[in-house]
Amino acid sequence: MEDILKSYEPVIGLEIHVQLNTASKAYSSDATSYGEEPNSKVSPITLGHPGTLPMLNEGVLESAVKLGVACNCQIREVNEFARKNYFYADLPKGYQITQDKTPICNGGFVEIKDANGADKKINLTRIHMEEDSGKSSHDIDPFNTLIDLNRAGTPLLEIVSEPEFKDGTEAYNYLSEMRKLVRYLDISDGNMEEGSLRCDVNISVKPKGQKEFGTKVEVKNLNSFRNVQKSIDFEIKRQVELIESGGTVTQQTRTFDAGSGKTQVLRAKEDAHDYRYFNEPDLQPVIVKEDYIASVKRNLPALPKELFAKYRKLKLSEYDANLLTESKELASYYEEIIEHTQNYKGAANWIMGSIKSYLNERAASIAEFPLQAKTIAELQILVDAGKVSNSAATGELFKALLEDPEASPSELAQKLNLIQESNEDELMAFVKQALSKYPDKVEAYRNGKKGVQGLFMGEVMKLSKGKADPKVASKLVTQELEK
Amino acid sequence: MTQFDTLTEVQENLKNGAFTCAQMIEAFLERIEKHQNLNAFVEVYAHDARSRATVIDAKLKHGTAGKLAGLVVGLKDNIVYRGHKVTAASKMLEGFESLFSATVVERLLEEDAIIIGRLNCDEFAMGSANKFSHYGPVKNPLNLKKVPGGSSGGSAAAVAAGLCHAALGSDTGGSIRQPASFTGTIGFKPTYGRVSRHGLIAFASSFDQIGPFARSLENINLLYETMAGPDDYDNTVSQKEVETVPPEQNEKPRKIAYFKDALTSEHIDKEVKEATFEFIEDLKAKGHTVTGIEFPLLDYLVPIYYILTTAEASSNLARYDGIHFGYRSENAHDLESTYKLSRTEGFGAEVKRRILLGTFVLSSGYYEAYYGKAQKARRLVSDKTKAIFEEYDFILSPTTPHAAFDISAESTDPTKMYLEDIFTVHANITGIPSVSLPLFQNSKKLPFGMQFSANSFQEADLLNFAKNFINK
Amino acid sequence: MKLSKEEVDKLAHLARLDFSEAEKEAIVNDMDKILGFVDKINELDLEGVEPLIYLSEERNVLRKDEAQDLVTKDEALKNAPDRDTDFFRVPKVLKREEE
Repeated sequence: MEDILKSYEPVIGLEIHVQLNTASKAYSSDATSYGEEPNSKVSPITLGHPGTLPMLNEGVLESAVKLGVACNCQIREVNEFARKNYFYADLPKGYQITQDKTPICNGGFVEIKDANGADKKINLTRIHMEEDSGKSSHDIDPFNTLIDLNRAGTPLLEIVSEPEFKDGTEAYNYLSEMRKLVRYLDISDGNMEEGSLRCDVNISVKPKGQKEFGTKVEVKNLNSFRNVQKSIDFEIKRQVELIESGGTVTQQTRTFDAGSGKTQVLRAKEDAHDYRYFNEPDLQPVIVKEDYIASVKRNLPALPKELFAKYRKLKLSEYDANLLTESKELASYYEEIIEHTQNYKGAANWIMGSIKSYLNERAASIAEFPLQAKTIAELQILVDAGKVSNSAATGELFKALLEDPEASPSELAQKLNLIQESNEDELMAFVKQALSKYPDKVEAYRNGKKGVQGLFMGEVMKLSKGKADPKVASKLVTQELEK
Repeated sequence: MTQFDTLTEVQENLKNGAFTCAQMIEAFLERIEKHQNLNAFVEVYAHDARSRATVIDAKLKHGTAGKLAGLVVGLKDNIVYRGHKVTAASKMLEGFESLFSATVVERLLEEDAIIIGRLNCDEFAMGSANKFSHYGPVKNPLNLKKVPGGSSGGSAAAVAAGLCHAALGSDTGGSIRQPASFTGTIGFKPTYGRVSRHGLIAFASSFDQIGPFARSLENINLLYETMAGPDDYDNTVSQKEVETVPPEQNEKPRKIAYFKDALTSEHIDKEVKEATFEFIEDLKAKGHTVTGIEFPLLDYLVPIYYILTTAEASSNLARYDGIHFGYRSENAHDLESTYKLSRTEGFGAEVKRRILLGTFVLSSGYYEAYYGKAQKARRLVSDKTKAIFEEYDFILSPTTPHAAFDISAESTDPTKMYLEDIFTVHANITGIPSVSLPLFQNSKKLPFGMQFSANSFQEADLLNFAKNFINK
Repeated sequence: MKLSKEEVDKLAHLARLDFSEAEKEAIVNDMDKILGFVDKINELDLEGVEPLIYLSEERNVLRKDEAQDLVTKDEALKNAPDRDTDFFRVPKVLKREEE
């Protein structure tokens, strides 16, 4: 099978809808919401009542330009809106206000890793602004479809990629990257389970080398990145097997059944909808000029790509850099730590070790972490100065700080008696004392019994009441024994 | 108490105690009752008007009354008023109560106008005779056998019959000016974008405008100035400042153009033609320059209008689907039947015809041939018109090709009705302001009006010029 | 131009309207007359003419991104032809619905 698959080339494109986190809706000022009582976050405009007119939300424009800049798109100067006309129970006006021939962004790209971990660029076709529909539920009431219009009018950005994906892994990585990006830009929660990020797949296969594309199948209603990945991998195989066995791929819309791991027909090919697009006469064109784009660019937060590169320059591993840039909040916490210490690896270890376990245990996010970044930095500084051992810092001291987050680490370390003695003169006194206590063991060491060093170490620790910096003590003991 | 044509007279009488608002409202209500046969009102707000009147009488006493105190106004049944039913004269909106008021309504109420009821019209403002209404036809008060014009037939009839001082209508292809012409009232369509459409039930988004009917220019001006200007709820409203109509009359000679070919058209009635030419001579005698000019696009105006307005309407009326509000068929048993039965039963024949035409011109394969072309043709008309206004101040024409026709006149040809709009659509295609002045009567004692149009946003000049022909 | 009955059917479906056979006859005739009337527009030479799309010259009319509570749930559902306490209701055929 593997070889047969290799002789075919999948042609896959993804269409993502990102729900924006603006306060109000795309064309009216009722609040965007999630999980609210049905039909409680609407307005006459959202309800499509007679006499209502749309009013464009400036936040939608800003979010679109932010995303466009972050993806290196060309931002369109003269933006117009269009009506996409069709009837559905959750579409109160009988049309959706979208952008048809004048999407706000053209081109652009997103960088991902392919299935082998190599860098790959996925080019974008376009990004445009539009509005979400309401929700119809068919399964609550046996006799009726129930309609909730809270979601109607919520702003969406539709992101269309070029058909450049080769397998499910690339799609998964692309979705992860897109989610990270919209969260960094703070334009969306990018949460597929909650519906703030949705993905449709367009997929066909053709024998390698053939110029003509195969018949395209659409896969919709996918509700997780993993399912997107699986559905693609399944669908590639299904189409190839079908062709190999002499059949033909029919143009249709399919869904993915997570239980069986298979895609299934949702509906057969229908006559293409005639949406009768025409320019929205109720919304005036929006002109986006260079200075607006420049100001959006200036105010963009540091993006994951930039931060990743920065951390690699600081000599962190790819693994570390990836983890730290997982979320904007985590990265900015790290950024704050390294404002106070230059031990980049050490600082990273705090996040990846102690902090992560703390958060994982409580299913919490970094925003809920009680210690300030500065505090963590101070901990690292104490360790680097040899004042506290690493194990004491990550152990007892860390725990104590969690109980008393406002406390100063060095004061607390003092109080808890954790300050190590690393002063060589002081330690030398203890070392000399220890050595003089067991002269015969000194002799033994000098005769080859290296193991007795442990005894002296123990004695030095006892004499120093546990405060001796083991590294320094060990050095001095060895030094004296080797005299 | 109901006979005054200007608000000044009303306010004088209120001031010197000749009557109170409350008494005046009773008189109007009685008059409306007496003229029920006109079928002008769909609903009379007797209770509302009475309580408003009491409030305004008190405000007048305290000197806190607004500019329009004492003005009694009717609303066309396509302008929404919070807490009140509105139906666009359609079964499709039976029982619908609006959750908000149109911007124009709020502005009128802020100045203490009294809204006395909602007025009959053609369904969804589509028609030129007010015969296409769910509530039945409106009769012309000047001759009960004749139509009052449309689509704002109820508004025109109510003002002509003295059932209110003024009324609001809407004009998409002449729906204020044509009924004004048929009823001997003044009807005014402002520049597109002057008056907010927030709260106007949409017919054709890039053509619709709200405007006043009245028996005096004074009332027209007052209403226009109160309603016009920027609004947060309508994206297409102009930010340009609204100039008030200067109080002094402008008597200087002006340059007026008329379309030569329009007056030689076969569609125009002989008496109307003669009256127009006489009027032109009259104007020249007064010192104005009046020139017949070529306008080769005349024959294309109505086709452009029908292609573009039906296209926009087919989309604007998609929201009437029986799902979230409005009429739903008893026999609806699933989503598709809810749509089809509700819309088929809810809409009248003319509306359905226009929706079909609009759907057709937007449909794939025909878009460029009809809609695309019509938009380009609109550009040509607009450019030519701009050029005309570089040389001339006003464009003159009879408002309608003839006076009111019989209510009983039937036609099997839907396009016959289209030519009613031949003189009025130009202003909607180009967006320019236009007013119909009640200047003539034909041999059957039926009125017909003269129409003046000016360049965009020149309302103040236009309405001031109109004072030359109407002295109140 | 003359529209066929099938084309009228298609348009009627797009517009969610139903016509009886008799009505369809009348519509085919009406549309014939109407299209004959508007076909006149094809006489114009529109080569190179920019379409007039926006009558208003305003640009960049934007609203601040501020949320407002505009209507209550009851007001929203007030005009519904059919509703329960929370939702608009549309009858459904007892089979699996799409989407």
